[in-house]
Amino acid sequence: MSHTDPRSLQTHDTGESVELPHSHGPTTKMFIAVWIALLVATGLTVLIASIDLGALSAPIALTIATIKAVLVILFFMEIKYQTKMTMTVLLSAFFFLGLLLCLTMADYISRAWNATF
Amino acid sequence: MDQQHETATMGMWLFLVTEIMFFGGMFCAYLVYRYNYFTAWDVGSQHMEIKWGAINTVVLICSSLTMVLAVHAAKLGNKKMIVFFLFLTILLGAAFLGIKAVEYTNHWNAGEVPGLNWHPSELGNADPRHVAIFFSLYFCMTGMHALHMVIGIGLLTWLLIRAQKGDFTSEYNSPVEMTGLYWHFVDVVWIYLFPLLYLVSHHHHS
Repeated sequence: MSHTDPRSLQTHDTGESVELPHSHGPTTKMFIAVWIALLVATGLTVLIASIDLGALSAPIALTIATIKAVLVILFFMEIKYQTKMTMTVLLSAFFFLGLLLCLTMADYISRAWNATF
Repeated sequence: MDQQHETATMGMWLFLVTEIMFFGGMFCAYLVYRYNYFTAWDVGSQHMEIKWGAINTVVLICSSLTMVLAVHAAKLGNKKMIVFFLFLTILLGAAFLGIKAVEYTNHWNAGEVPGLNWHPSELGNADPRHVAIFFSLYFCMTGMHALHMVIGIGLLTWLLIRAQKGDFTSEYNSPVEMTGLYWHFVDVVWIYLFPLLYLVSHHHHS
Protein backbone atom coordinates (compact mmCIF):
# COMPACT_ATOMS: atom_id res chain seq x y z
CA MET A 1 0.00 0.00 0.00
CA SER A 2 2.09 2.85 -1.25
CA HIS A 3 -0.19 5.50 0.24
CA THR A 4 1.07 4.61 3.70
CA ASP A 5 4.61 4.26 2.48
CA PRO A 6 6.62 7.05 4.14
CA ARG A 7 8.67 7.45 0.97
CA SER A 8 5.51 8.31 -0.97
CA LEU A 9 4.77 11.08 1.50
CA GLN A 10 8.27 12.33 1.05
CA THR A 11 7.86 12.63 -2.71
CA HIS A 12 4.54 14.35 -2.12
CA ASP A 13 6.20 16.92 0.09
CA THR A 14 8.95 17.65 -2.39
CA GLY A 15 6.37 17.73 -5.18
CA GLU A 16 8.25 15.24 -7.32
CA SER A 17 6.65 12.37 -9.17
CA VAL A 18 9.92 10.52 -9.67
CA GLU A 19 9.66 6.76 -9.23
CA LEU A 20 10.69 5.36 -5.88
CA PRO A 21 13.55 2.92 -6.38
CA HIS A 22 12.79 0.53 -3.54
CA SER A 23 9.02 0.77 -3.40
CA HIS A 24 7.25 -2.58 -2.94
CA GLY A 25 4.12 -1.36 -4.68
CA PRO A 26 3.56 -1.10 -8.43
CA THR A 27 5.78 1.23 -10.46
CA THR A 28 5.23 3.29 -13.59
CA LYS A 29 7.80 1.14 -15.39
CA MET A 30 5.73 -1.95 -14.62
CA PHE A 31 2.53 -0.28 -15.89
CA ILE A 32 4.24 0.61 -19.18
CA ALA A 33 5.56 -2.97 -19.52
CA VAL A 34 2.06 -4.42 -18.95
CA TRP A 35 0.60 -1.91 -21.43
CA ILE A 36 3.12 -2.97 -24.12
CA ALA A 37 2.39 -6.65 -23.42
CA LEU A 38 -1.35 -5.98 -23.84
CA LEU A 39 -0.79 -4.18 -27.15
CA VAL A 40 1.45 -6.99 -28.45
CA ALA A 41 -1.16 -9.60 -27.43
CA THR A 42 -3.88 -7.62 -29.23
CA GLY A 43 -1.76 -7.44 -32.40
CA LEU A 44 -1.04 -11.14 -32.12
CA THR A 45 -4.69 -12.16 -31.75
CA VAL A 46 -5.71 -10.04 -34.79
CA LEU A 47 -2.83 -11.55 -36.81
CA ILE A 48 -3.75 -15.11 -35.82
CA ALA A 49 -7.40 -14.45 -36.70
CA SER A 50 -6.37 -13.85 -40.32
CA ILE A 51 -4.86 -17.34 -40.51
CA ASP A 52 -7.18 -20.29 -41.06
CA LEU A 53 -6.64 -22.49 -38.00
CA GLY A 54 -9.93 -24.36 -38.16
CA ALA A 55 -11.34 -25.45 -34.83
CA LEU A 56 -8.27 -24.13 -33.00
CA SER A 57 -8.95 -20.47 -33.75
CA ALA A 58 -11.49 -19.92 -30.94
CA PRO A 59 -9.42 -21.62 -28.17
CA ILE A 60 -6.31 -19.68 -29.23
CA ALA A 61 -8.17 -16.35 -29.32
CA LEU A 62 -9.67 -17.06 -25.89
CA THR A 63 -6.31 -18.09 -24.42
CA ILE A 64 -4.79 -14.79 -25.55
CA ALA A 65 -7.81 -12.92 -24.15
CA THR A 66 -7.38 -14.70 -20.81
CA ILE A 67 -3.67 -13.83 -20.67
CA LYS A 68 -4.63 -10.18 -21.30
CA ALA A 69 -7.36 -10.29 -18.64
CA VAL A 70 -4.98 -11.81 -16.08
CA LEU A 71 -2.41 -9.07 -16.80
CA VAL A 72 -5.02 -6.35 -16.28
CA ILE A 73 -6.40 -7.94 -13.10
CA LEU A 74 -3.00 -8.67 -11.54
CA PHE A 75 -1.20 -5.44 -12.33
CA PHE A 76 -3.68 -2.69 -13.32
CA MET A 77 -6.31 -3.75 -10.78
CA GLU A 78 -3.44 -4.53 -8.39
CA ILE A 79 -4.98 -7.75 -7.14
CA LYS A 80 -1.37 -8.89 -6.69
CA TYR A 81 -1.07 -6.38 -3.83
CA GLN A 82 -4.41 -7.04 -2.14
CA THR A 83 -5.30 -9.14 0.89
CA LYS A 84 -6.08 -12.85 0.61
CA MET A 85 -9.70 -12.04 1.47
CA THR A 86 -10.05 -9.79 -1.59
CA MET A 87 -8.42 -12.44 -3.79
CA THR A 88 -10.89 -15.01 -2.43
CA VAL A 89 -13.79 -12.72 -3.32
CA LEU A 90 -12.49 -12.53 -6.91
CA LEU A 91 -11.87 -16.28 -7.14
CA SER A 92 -15.44 -16.93 -5.94
CA ALA A 93 -16.67 -14.95 -8.97
CA PHE A 94 -14.65 -17.16 -11.34
CA PHE A 95 -15.90 -20.25 -9.53
CA PHE A 96 -19.57 -19.32 -9.89
CA LEU A 97 -19.08 -18.12 -13.46
CA GLY A 98 -17.48 -21.48 -14.27
CA LEU A 99 -20.36 -23.25 -12.55
CA LEU A 100 -22.89 -21.24 -14.59
CA LEU A 101 -21.18 -21.96 -17.91
CA CYS A 102 -20.34 -25.63 -17.22
CA LEU A 103 -23.74 -26.69 -15.84
CA THR A 104 -25.59 -24.86 -18.63
CA MET A 105 -23.45 -26.43 -21.34
CA ALA A 106 -23.60 -29.85 -19.65
CA ASP A 107 -27.35 -29.61 -20.15
CA TYR A 108 -27.33 -28.44 -23.78
CA ILE A 109 -24.57 -30.81 -24.91
CA SER A 110 -26.32 -33.86 -23.44
CA ARG A 111 -29.81 -33.23 -24.86
CA ALA A 112 -30.74 -36.13 -27.13
CA TRP A 113 -33.43 -34.08 -28.89
CA ASN A 114 -30.91 -31.37 -29.67
CA ALA A 115 -30.90 -32.25 -33.39
CA THR A 116 -34.41 -30.83 -33.75
CA PHE A 117 -33.71 -27.83 -31.52
CA MET B 1 -6.34 4.10 7.22
CA ASP B 2 -5.11 0.71 6.12
CA GLN B 3 -8.27 -0.95 7.30
CA GLN B 4 -10.45 1.66 5.61
CA HIS B 5 -8.54 1.10 2.39
CA GLU B 6 -8.95 -2.67 2.60
CA THR B 7 -12.66 -2.36 3.32
CA ALA B 8 -13.23 -0.04 0.37
CA THR B 9 -11.20 -2.32 -1.91
CA MET B 10 -13.08 -5.46 -0.90
CA GLY B 11 -16.43 -3.69 -1.17
CA MET B 12 -15.56 -2.63 -4.71
CA TRP B 13 -14.47 -6.15 -5.61
CA LEU B 14 -17.75 -7.53 -4.22
CA PHE B 15 -19.59 -5.17 -6.53
CA LEU B 16 -17.40 -6.30 -9.43
CA VAL B 17 -18.29 -9.92 -8.61
CA THR B 18 -21.96 -9.06 -9.20
CA GLU B 19 -20.91 -7.36 -12.43
CA ILE B 20 -18.99 -10.46 -13.54
CA MET B 21 -22.12 -12.54 -12.98
CA PHE B 22 -24.26 -9.96 -14.79
CA PHE B 23 -22.09 -10.09 -17.91
CA GLY B 24 -21.60 -13.83 -17.28
CA GLY B 25 -25.28 -14.42 -18.02
CA MET B 26 -24.88 -12.85 -21.45
CA PHE B 27 -21.67 -14.77 -22.13
CA CYS B 28 -23.57 -17.93 -21.20
CA ALA B 29 -26.35 -17.13 -23.68
CA TYR B 30 -23.66 -16.47 -26.28
CA LEU B 31 -22.09 -19.88 -25.61
CA VAL B 32 -25.40 -21.77 -25.81
CA TYR B 33 -26.41 -20.21 -29.15
CA ARG B 34 -22.92 -20.46 -30.60
CA TYR B 35 -23.04 -24.16 -29.79
CA ASN B 36 -26.47 -24.61 -31.41
CA TYR B 37 -26.21 -22.21 -34.37
CA PHE B 38 -22.54 -22.31 -35.23
CA THR B 39 -23.06 -21.48 -38.94
CA ALA B 40 -25.00 -18.34 -38.01
CA TRP B 41 -22.24 -17.32 -35.58
CA ASP B 42 -19.65 -17.84 -38.29
CA VAL B 43 -21.60 -15.74 -40.79
CA GLY B 44 -22.57 -13.10 -38.21
CA SER B 45 -19.01 -12.44 -37.07
CA GLN B 46 -18.00 -11.88 -40.69
CA HIS B 47 -20.31 -8.86 -40.71
CA MET B 48 -18.12 -7.29 -38.02
CA GLU B 49 -15.25 -5.03 -39.01
CA ILE B 50 -12.12 -6.34 -37.30
CA LYS B 51 -10.44 -2.99 -37.99
CA TRP B 52 -12.83 -1.06 -35.71
CA GLY B 53 -12.85 -3.77 -33.05
CA ALA B 54 -9.04 -3.86 -32.97
CA ILE B 55 -8.71 -0.06 -32.86
CA ASN B 56 -11.21 0.08 -30.00
CA THR B 57 -9.30 -2.64 -28.12
CA VAL B 58 -6.13 -0.55 -28.41
CA VAL B 59 -8.02 2.59 -27.32
CA LEU B 60 -9.35 0.81 -24.21
CA ILE B 61 -5.95 -0.66 -23.32
CA CYS B 62 -4.43 2.83 -23.57
CA SER B 63 -7.24 4.20 -21.38
CA SER B 64 -6.47 1.53 -18.79
CA LEU B 65 -2.86 2.70 -18.76
CA THR B 66 -3.83 6.37 -18.30
CA MET B 67 -6.31 5.29 -15.58
CA VAL B 68 -3.67 3.36 -13.69
CA LEU B 69 -1.30 6.34 -13.99
CA ALA B 70 -4.05 8.62 -12.60
CA VAL B 71 -4.42 6.28 -9.61
CA HIS B 72 -0.65 6.23 -9.19
CA ALA B 73 -0.54 10.04 -9.30
CA ALA B 74 -3.37 10.16 -6.74
CA LYS B 75 -1.39 7.94 -4.37
CA LEU B 76 1.51 10.34 -4.67
CA GLY B 77 -0.86 13.29 -4.20
CA ASN B 78 0.27 14.85 -7.47
CA LYS B 79 -2.76 17.00 -8.37
CA LYS B 80 -1.54 18.11 -11.80
CA MET B 81 -0.85 14.55 -12.94
CA ILE B 82 -4.18 13.23 -11.56
CA VAL B 83 -6.08 15.84 -13.57
CA PHE B 84 -3.95 15.22 -16.67
CA PHE B 85 -4.35 11.44 -16.68
CA LEU B 86 -8.05 11.55 -15.75
CA PHE B 87 -8.61 13.90 -18.67
CA LEU B 88 -6.73 11.56 -21.05
CA THR B 89 -8.80 8.61 -19.80
CA ILE B 90 -12.06 10.48 -20.44
CA LEU B 91 -10.82 11.40 -23.92
CA LEU B 92 -9.97 7.77 -24.76
CA GLY B 93 -13.30 6.58 -23.33
CA ALA B 94 -15.11 9.08 -25.55
CA ALA B 95 -13.06 7.92 -28.55
CA PHE B 96 -14.16 4.34 -27.86
CA LEU B 97 -17.83 5.36 -27.79
CA GLY B 98 -17.38 7.43 -30.97
CA ILE B 99 -15.96 4.42 -32.83
CA LYS B 100 -18.74 2.25 -31.43
CA ALA B 101 -21.26 4.77 -32.76
CA VAL B 102 -19.66 4.52 -36.23
CA GLU B 103 -19.97 0.74 -36.08
CA TYR B 104 -23.61 0.87 -34.96
CA THR B 105 -24.37 3.31 -37.80
CA ASN B 106 -22.76 0.93 -40.30
CA HIS B 107 -24.82 -1.99 -38.95
CA TRP B 108 -27.97 0.11 -39.21
CA ASN B 109 -27.21 1.09 -42.82
CA ALA B 110 -26.48 -2.55 -43.69
CA GLY B 111 -29.85 -3.58 -42.21
CA GLU B 112 -28.22 -5.62 -39.48
CA VAL B 113 -30.36 -4.49 -36.55
CA PRO B 114 -32.83 -7.26 -35.60
CA GLY B 115 -36.37 -6.08 -35.02
CA LEU B 116 -35.82 -2.49 -36.16
CA ASN B 117 -34.00 -2.62 -39.47
CA TRP B 118 -33.44 -6.22 -40.46
CA HIS B 119 -32.63 -7.03 -44.07
CA PRO B 120 -29.10 -8.45 -43.92
CA SER B 121 -27.20 -9.59 -47.01
CA GLU B 122 -24.61 -12.31 -47.65
CA LEU B 123 -25.82 -14.77 -45.07
CA GLY B 124 -24.68 -17.82 -47.05
CA ASN B 125 -26.45 -20.97 -45.91
CA ALA B 126 -27.16 -19.63 -42.42
CA ASP B 127 -30.75 -19.27 -41.20
CA PRO B 128 -31.48 -15.49 -41.02
CA ARG B 129 -33.40 -16.05 -37.77
CA HIS B 130 -30.29 -17.56 -36.20
CA VAL B 131 -28.09 -14.74 -37.47
CA ALA B 132 -30.64 -12.36 -35.89
CA ILE B 133 -29.89 -14.00 -32.52
CA PHE B 134 -26.18 -13.36 -33.07
CA PHE B 135 -26.84 -9.69 -33.81
CA SER B 136 -29.27 -9.37 -30.88
CA LEU B 137 -26.60 -10.70 -28.53
CA TYR B 138 -24.00 -8.46 -30.20
CA PHE B 139 -26.12 -5.38 -29.50
CA CYS B 140 -27.00 -6.53 -25.96
CA MET B 141 -23.42 -7.24 -24.99
CA THR B 142 -21.73 -4.27 -26.65
CA GLY B 143 -24.65 -2.03 -25.65
CA MET B 144 -24.37 -3.01 -21.98
CA HIS B 145 -20.61 -2.56 -22.24
CA ALA B 146 -21.08 0.88 -23.80
CA LEU B 147 -23.53 1.83 -21.01
CA HIS B 148 -20.81 0.89 -18.50
CA MET B 149 -18.40 3.11 -20.43
CA VAL B 150 -20.86 6.04 -20.26
CA ILE B 151 -21.23 5.55 -16.48
CA GLY B 152 -17.43 5.28 -16.22
CA ILE B 153 -16.95 8.55 -18.08
CA GLY B 154 -19.49 10.17 -15.73
CA LEU B 155 -17.52 8.94 -12.71
CA LEU B 156 -14.23 10.12 -14.23
CA THR B 157 -15.72 13.57 -14.86
CA TRP B 158 -16.82 13.74 -11.21
CA LEU B 159 -13.28 12.72 -10.16
CA LEU B 160 -11.76 15.30 -12.49
CA ILE B 161 -13.80 18.09 -10.87
CA ARG B 162 -12.86 16.89 -7.38
CA ALA B 163 -9.20 16.49 -8.33
CA GLN B 164 -9.12 20.05 -9.62
CA LYS B 165 -10.39 21.21 -6.24
CA GLY B 166 -7.47 19.36 -4.69
CA ASP B 167 -9.63 16.76 -2.94
CA PHE B 168 -7.21 13.89 -3.48
CA THR B 169 -3.99 13.52 -1.55
CA SER B 170 -1.55 10.73 -0.75
CA GLU B 171 -3.73 10.20 2.35
CA TYR B 172 -7.16 10.19 0.69
CA ASN B 173 -7.58 8.81 -2.82
CA SER B 174 -9.97 5.88 -2.56
CA PRO B 175 -12.54 7.29 -5.03
CA VAL B 176 -9.86 7.46 -7.75
CA GLU B 177 -8.63 3.95 -6.99
CA MET B 178 -12.13 2.40 -6.87
CA THR B 179 -13.20 4.08 -10.11
CA GLY B 180 -9.96 2.69 -11.55
CA LEU B 181 -11.03 -0.84 -10.59
CA TYR B 182 -14.39 -0.27 -12.30
CA TRP B 183 -12.73 1.11 -15.44
CA HIS B 184 -10.33 -1.85 -15.72
CA PHE B 185 -13.22 -4.26 -15.23
CA VAL B 186 -15.00 -2.71 -18.22
CA ASP B 187 -11.74 -3.12 -20.16
CA VAL B 188 -11.58 -6.82 -19.24
CA VAL B 189 -15.15 -7.35 -20.50
CA TRP B 190 -14.14 -5.85 -23.86
CA ILE B 191 -10.99 -8.01 -23.95
CA TYR B 192 -13.38 -11.00 -24.17
CA LEU B 193 -16.04 -9.35 -26.35
CA PHE B 194 -13.52 -8.54 -29.08
CA PRO B 195 -12.41 -12.10 -29.92
CA LEU B 196 -15.86 -13.60 -29.27
CA LEU B 197 -17.78 -11.22 -31.52
CA TYR B 198 -15.20 -10.19 -34.12
CA LEU B 199 -12.66 -13.00 -34.43
CA VAL B 200 -14.88 -16.02 -33.89
CA SER B 201 -15.12 -17.02 -37.54
CA HIS B 202 -12.83 -19.63 -39.08
CA HIS B 203 -12.08 -17.77 -42.29
CA HIS B 204 -11.99 -14.00 -42.32
CA HIS B 205 -11.83 -11.62 -45.21
CA SER B 206 -10.46 -8.66 -43.29
